[in-house]
Amino acid sequence: MANPQYTEITRNGFWSNNVALVQILGLCPLLAVTNTTVNGLGLGLATTLVLVASNLIVSLIRNIVRPEIRLPAFVMIIASLVTAIELAMNAWFHDLYNILGIFIPLIVTNCAILGRAESFAVKNTPLPAVVDGLAMGLGFCSVLVVLGGLREAIGSGTLFANASLMFGEWANVLTVTLVEDYRGFLLAILPPGAFIGLGVLIAIKNVLDSRSAQRRERATGSGTAPAPTTAQ
Amino acid sequence: MLRKVLTSALLLALFGVVGATLVAITYSATAERIEANHREALLKRLNALVPPTSYDNDMVSDTIRIDDPELNPKRHPATVYRARRMGRPEAAVFSVVAPDGYNGAIQLLVAIRHDGTLIGVRVVSHHETPGLGDNIEERKSEWIHGFDGRSLTNPPEERWKVKKDGGVFDQFTGATITPRAVVKAVYKTLKYFDRHRREIFARQAKQMEIEHGQSAVHRDHP
Repeated sequence: MANPQYTEITRNGFWSNNVALVQILGLCPLLAVTNTTVNGLGLGLATTLVLVASNLIVSLIRNIVRPEIRLPAFVMIIASLVTAIELAMNAWFHDLYNILGIFIPLIVTNCAILGRAESFAVKNTPLPAVVDGLAMGLGFCSVLVVLGGLREAIGSGTLFANASLMFGEWANVLTVTLVEDYRGFLLAILPPGAFIGLGVLIAIKNVLDSRSAQRRERATGSGTAPAPTTAQ
Repeated sequence: MLRKVLTSALLLALFGVVGATLVAITYSATAERIEANHREALLKRLNALVPPTSYDNDMVSDTIRIDDPELNPKRHPATVYRARRMGRPEAAVFSVVAPDGYNGAIQLLVAIRHDGTLIGVRVVSHHETPGLGDNIEERKSEWIHGFDGRSLTNPPEERWKVKKDGGVFDQFTGATITPRAVVKAVYKTLKYFDRHRREIFARQAKQMEIEHGQSAVHRDHP
């Protein structure tokens, strides 16, 4: 990442323009599957894969697609990719596929994917487009994992339960039981827990952002604060 | 102008063809494996109820479908997997639904020995409230094992209910509807088996697609 452009893209994806925390896109899968860490990771990785592939393809064909058929063409590309990935998951990660179930086809409707195709990939060459897809996807994925971990820890007192569904039998050693005989905290597992958890994560991010803005202000000594990060 | 429209349309059609090709290739590359996955998942679930040493036929294929209001509610035909040993009927596993769960249908596997006693019951999928109704899952509580060894006469008919209704089966704190639905569906299945036993084992097996059931207990909260 020597090129400053890529550093910027990466920072955007993970932090300053994070799909989940700043753009607040793709909430449906985000809220629905994050009741465990492993579910979050599974959907996050699948979304990342789609995002990288769709950014790459969109960027490759950006010069031959006329603006008037741009959107249907993109939607078609994304839909085919998602269907292919869904079939592949059903074949090779069958148990995980059963858990994520309907949320895999729903990746099509994750506006983050069409959004990146439209606002980035179509204006850039393939390499930056792939980096952008990767950064945005992993940024989204890390929020899913953190939120999933948070809800799983509070709700069931474990971390990485059912990791074997994704990585095979050996992965059972990854499962951490935080509290023995934990009776569970239902609120965290149910949908409200997802909203509250996401709210807490956004709040933490905003606090960190305003802290670092203040620090920068003090360091430069000038009164001009850097522009706050806003959703696109 | 017309030309422009035509090229756009052609281009779009081309994308459609390419997309469909991609999906078709993936489908043909994965279809066999997906089918095998479904079979394996199903067999694993059946074997958890009927020990593989107790039968010698291909239980996953020796199936019949029953669509009879006596057994299954409308639009939920039941599937029966038959276990035989040296050609003699050994047990039948019914895939039935309890339609009246707290939050919709509960998919069950009910395994019955040929003599009419229950081997056991498992929940395949449900939408009950986590932490309350989901105690019907085997990995959440022992409750579902309360059916092991029961039969139509054990307990007698009037006690085939949850305790709250004067029966022998426990309910859960805060969730009576879920266990009530399961008890009812299991009893109905036992009764149907008792009346149609001969017919169930005599019917010709039907070649059919394996159900797209879930191997893990499936919950969803959209």
